[in-house]
Amino acid sequence: MAIAKVLGIETEYGITGGPDGDPVTASSILVNAFARNGVTRINWDFGDESPANDARHMPLLTSVAPMVETHLANTVLTNGARFYVDHAHPEYSSPECRTPLSGLLYDRVGEDVLLHAVRVANQTSEGMPPITVYKNNTDGKGNSYGTHENYLVDREIPFAEIVRAMAPHLISRQVILGAGKVGFETEYFEELAPRFQIAQRSEFFEELVGLETTLKRPIVNTRDEPHGDPERFRRLHVIIGDANMSEVATFVKLGSTALLLAVLEDRGSGVFPPMPKTPVRAVREYGADLTLTHGQEAVDGRTRSAWDYQDELWNLAEGYVNGGDGSAVASEAELTLLLTNWREMLDGVRDAPESVADRVDWVAKLRLVNGMRERHGLSDEDPRLAAIDIQYHDIRPEKSLARRVGLRKLLEASAIGEAFHNPPRDTRAYFRGRCIAQYPNEIAAANWDSIIFDLGVDPLHRVPMMDPLKGTAELLGELLDNASSAEELLRALGTL
Amino acid sequence: MTEQEHLQKPSPEKNTETTSVDLVANASKNEQLKHDLDSLLDEIDEVLEDNAEEFVRNYIQKGGE
Repeated sequence: MAIAKVLGIETEYGITGGPDGDPVTASSILVNAFARNGVTRINWDFGDESPANDARHMPLLTSVAPMVETHLANTVLTNGARFYVDHAHPEYSSPECRTPLSGLLYDRVGEDVLLHAVRVANQTSEGMPPITVYKNNTDGKGNSYGTHENYLVDREIPFAEIVRAMAPHLISRQVILGAGKVGFETEYFEELAPRFQIAQRSEFFEELVGLETTLKRPIVNTRDEPHGDPERFRRLHVIIGDANMSEVATFVKLGSTALLLAVLEDRGSGVFPPMPKTPVRAVREYGADLTLTHGQEAVDGRTRSAWDYQDELWNLAEGYVNGGDGSAVASEAELTLLLTNWREMLDGVRDAPESVADRVDWVAKLRLVNGMRERHGLSDEDPRLAAIDIQYHDIRPEKSLARRVGLRKLLEASAIGEAFHNPPRDTRAYFRGRCIAQYPNEIAAANWDSIIFDLGVDPLHRVPMMDPLKGTAELLGELLDNASSAEELLRALGTL
Repeated sequence: MTEQEHLQKPSPEKNTETTSVDLVANASKNEQLKHDLDSLLDEIDEVLEDNAEEFVRNYIQKGGE
């Protein structure tokens, strides 16, 4: 049986402005501004504050969590998410979510978290060049930053099987999920010189499999850091996706990938279409093929376009769901929404792109680029086209182009508002978020799989959360409702 | 590939009457689409960064991940 596809998205945002235009400083200002404004009642800086350092050296703290590996600004939100500085970008990691729609919701909330941080920072830092952030993946000059998805996978599935089954999807899904890009920025395309690519990231991939994320980027990343019980779980870390502005695209990205992982767990890798013979070439060239017809030879000798792969994979997923499976991913209604949109986007990009400009980011962006080119008679090099590309991803509603192109919505504004403050109820993020909301002064450190409480007397108390499906509202809601202090909570949990 | 190609291509097996009705419907749909795009581009013209060249030149990021 496929295991529950707990999932989430980490997004590194592009950033400009701030003192001296230094992106690390600007990113830190954002994270601190968010914390200072009281939207989250807990925040800490592992560089300057001692509680974290204490925690890091506790012998009981076995996991090397991302939250204790950096001296940069770092905070955990009451919705269970993490908001921090990664390299030279502000990064929002959604909490663990149980379904693709929930994953979409908490990724979308990230845009509001960044927007709030930007507004607070700009209002409270007089004389500072205003900070702006962009939910995209490249500066158009050869520098790329990531939008990474995470999926819980059964440890019993050998990694080689994951590569074999999932590479075709990761290579071809850009055909409906790409965020679009004006021009090119790597040597690979100097000869072909595409005017527009369907994905932001595709030309940056150089290997099929590997551990790297910044150099020699691999199509399938091997990072083995389950943030859970390593005997039972694997976390597939997908680094090849684009940041989507389209809610439907984010939903289909999470849903299609999670569903195919469930197929792999239940049916094995043999049911999947074969790998392209040259996967790196395939991912790049599919990305530059606006006709969606160019085939790449696969190891079975057949030639497939990205569209052909997606068609086969959709049929595989649809057959799986029609056979009564899929509960590892979502409810029947959510699976139907997923398969319907996946199919319509796929048929749409080939037969009537205009019909899916409300869901496919690259189609929506290309429509703007072509429209502006024609209206003003612009050359390919005109900076207005590159500006459209960047500004499509501006998170400020008053500047965002994505907000103007009529993208279809899946989320209610009220749900986004609710999820800004509150965690999902059906994963361990619930326990994390509620503890942070209720006991901000008694938490020394938190990470994905544990919380460390400091009750003011030695020793610190670590509550492990090695199963992402424990710590839910169903299991702990009442206990949290009744625990008026961290001490009471720990007693009720049997930790004290 | 373009919406125009798609919308202006009546299927050959349809009878003449249906085809002409389709063409009228498509023409008006096309006009609507063109109108929608025009309004959208008006808005984009208004909101697009004033100095696109400088804006694009200054948008420099460090690699991440």
